[in-house]
Amino acid sequence: MTRAQFRSFPADALRSDRSAGDRARHRQKVRQAIRDNIGDIVAEEAIIGRSGDRMVKVPIRGIREYRFVYGQNQPGVGTGEGGTEVGQSVGQGDQSGAGKGQGGNEAGQDYYETEISLEELIDIMFEDLSLPDLERKKLRQLPSEHAFQRKGFRHSGIRVHLDKKRTAMQRIRRQIAQRAGAPGVPTGEGMAGDTEKRFPFHKEDMIYRRLLPDTRPQSNAVVLCMMDTSGSMDSTKKYLARSFFFLLYQFVRSRYAEVELVFVAHHATAAEVTEDEFFHKGESGGTVISSAYQKGLEILAERYHPSLWNIYAFHCSDGDNFPGDNDKTVQAAEAICEMANLFGYGEIKPPGRGIFESSMLETFSRIKSDCFHALTIHGKEDIWPGLKAFLQKDRAAQATGGEHA
Amino acid sequence: MRSWDVDDLIGWDERIREKVAEFGLDCFPQVFEICDEEQMLGYMAYHGMPSHYPHWSYGKSFEKLKTTYDHGVSGLPYEMVINSNESIAYLMRNNSLCLQILTIAHVYGHNDFFKNNFTFQGTHPELTQSRFKARADRVRRYAEDPAIGIDKVEAVLDAAHALSFNCRRNLGVRKLGHAEQRERAIEATHGPHDPHPDIHRAPQLPEPDLRRVPLEPEEDILLFIRDHNPYLANWERDLLTIVHEEAQYFIPQIETKIMNEGWASFWHHRIVNSLDLPADLQMEFMVHHSQVVRPHPGSINPYYLGFKLWHDILRRCENPTPEERERYGGPTDGMATLMRIREADRDASFLRQFLTGRLMREMDMYEFGPEDDEYVVQRVADEDSWRQIRDTLIGSVGMAAFPVIRIDDADYDGARKLHLTHAYDGRELELGQAEKTLAYLHRLWGRGVVIETTLQDKPAQLIYDEGGFAPKLAA
Repeated sequence: MTRAQFRSFPADALRSDRSAGDRARHRQKVRQAIRDNIGDIVAEEAIIGRSGDRMVKVPIRGIREYRFVYGQNQPGVGTGEGGTEVGQSVGQGDQSGAGKGQGGNEAGQDYYETEISLEELIDIMFEDLSLPDLERKKLRQLPSEHAFQRKGFRHSGIRVHLDKKRTAMQRIRRQIAQRAGAPGVPTGEGMAGDTEKRFPFHKEDMIYRRLLPDTRPQSNAVVLCMMDTSGSMDSTKKYLARSFFFLLYQFVRSRYAEVELVFVAHHATAAEVTEDEFFHKGESGGTVISSAYQKGLEILAERYHPSLWNIYAFHCSDGDNFPGDNDKTVQAAEAICEMANLFGYGEIKPPGRGIFESSMLETFSRIKSDCFHALTIHGKEDIWPGLKAFLQKDRAAQATGGEHA
Repeated sequence: MRSWDVDDLIGWDERIREKVAEFGLDCFPQVFEICDEEQMLGYMAYHGMPSHYPHWSYGKSFEKLKTTYDHGVSGLPYEMVINSNESIAYLMRNNSLCLQILTIAHVYGHNDFFKNNFTFQGTHPELTQSRFKARADRVRRYAEDPAIGIDKVEAVLDAAHALSFNCRRNLGVRKLGHAEQRERAIEATHGPHDPHPDIHRAPQLPEPDLRRVPLEPEEDILLFIRDHNPYLANWERDLLTIVHEEAQYFIPQIETKIMNEGWASFWHHRIVNSLDLPADLQMEFMVHHSQVVRPHPGSINPYYLGFKLWHDILRRCENPTPEERERYGGPTDGMATLMRIREADRDASFLRQFLTGRLMREMDMYEFGPEDDEYVVQRVADEDSWRQIRDTLIGSVGMAAFPVIRIDDADYDGARKLHLTHAYDGRELELGQAEKTLAYLHRLWGRGVVIETTLQDKPAQLIYDEGGFAPKLAA
């Protein structure tokens, strides 16, 4: 028998990655499937409120390969560890290993999970909305230093900025110049011949790119989150509110360079609080919504002047308000509408509760402003459609705004 | 750090090949390619082929392998061998010297099996590499053709992949051409030869319907569509051919998984034990070997089952129990018997002949079935049940894991609908998968498609036409 051949390539050898194209195609299909299922995914508790974690697990349908395969009534054969008895349970769906060979039929769940970064998921989510970048306050933007811009070349600099092509050209130029300008250069033997062969780079050949900080006007945004933290807002309602705020924040963040969050908690009185207090501290007592709006207006006037900031305001409540406060609330809401790109009110009504609770929807129908939008959230499955509707309102507002301009 | 270099491998390979020759194994020339994890994952995703056509599903398979590997859910195989002449095997760079020795010996077992087992006789191993390369080139050409493009190519491949194992299984039986089928249909209507035609009245036999398409039920669904759907473009026909050919290449491997893995394990065990390894290597070898051939509780590990079976056959030949001696005679030349069996059987026939009740009890084999959301043991390998369990196992190995579905009429309803029959054997089709697969079939055929099957013990029809999917249970 002939000798065996051993072929060995060093691990860092240049090689083509043939699976790259197929992986990219698969990735595209996964993205499409995620886009198709985004409503379900957003309703998953695991995604929302996860700003810290970078990766999320997303259950998706599709991207399966199909064949004619046998169904559940197929018996299987297994080996045990001795003493297996009739009637003993051997687990659920454990038959996949039973000698199916290479054909690979993955009977079973219609789901499979993929892991993607939160950023990418949010990209996909808002791609779906295909909203134009919101640049209503184009003329009043804040400058921010983020990028660097190339501005010419220079002879000194750091290694990574070396422009190899220009440097090489500079060297050739010098070479030609020396030959032409100095006919006396010896071409004989010895050292001179070496010089002719070798023409090393000189310090003066080095050309570096010059980079300057690029000051560009950027648009900035603030998300004003207001929530009722009175006794009636239990943890389920807070979770729904938090989900909505989270998505709204993510959306605004994907559109603006600088996004700030402001939290205003209110019951009978309102106060600016930290994020943690906002979601975790509960108060008891009555509810006066206008107090929150007034507080919001104060904060906006103080720190986020509408000429410089794109303002997104959102208020979540269960619809309970001190009846005498309604007129003041509507007035305050209209005042916010004048400053904000978008002002939304989400009334959170988990099913089975709140039949006897009051609602603010009626009251808010008096608000005429274009940028006001009210929606009802019954459960987590309403969050995504709600946000979509909310943001589409923004688009509509922009369109009309454009016509007037 | 690695404890070996290529010269070590060459040295050990030398010694292993001496044993291979001494034991009488008969191999193709062997090439070992030493690769890293990333390359191994790549080869696994593309069925080990050095060149293979692109399709997103291989990207998916790569990602899946990589994810399970990165998370430690599954390891990588120590080796991968493809059926070709010369035989190509991949070794993992990061494995220890001991694992490399085990793997090299294991590879020669597969190599011998590929070269000698009858199911591989029609696979043209000397052409394997060039054929896969040529197919890959053709697919790439269609994908790069601006008039076709990758999307259309992948759409046809999606559909073809779904149906690729709905094809002829027994490649040893020659497929009859249309003329021969016609002849056979006419002959069948003549009735049996009658030596006394004067005495008997000529039987009234029905006229053969020679215009029927197909004349005999057709198993090669992709080829039938390729030949009988006139609206397909040439490149679409070619893609169907390519997918069909690849499936045919892999069928022998599917059909002999248990024998083949058992055979390779049997030989790596025997060869390495005869090498007189230094004590530390020998210890490490025993650990790895027992990991490979350990039983997987709750399912079947083909390495384990095959390894046990080959050893049991050898023992029965060389060392029969008094009872076995009485029934079968003996003792006989065990090795010669093993060599003969590795040539002449496939998993189904191998298990039917050699898996005994005694061995099944030793391996604690049982049959399980679904009972309220759970799988429950329904039989254990006692004197009454072991044959049934064995038959269930045979029904799920190799190509028997795929339902048999044949085309029997291409002009059903007089409307050129495709009519197929599922050969029901107690196992129902999974409806979710069937729906999607039928959609692919419908797309390739371009007209309505009907499958006769059985659901809940009643005849049923699965229909897919312009209106979509409709399962119909007989009243």
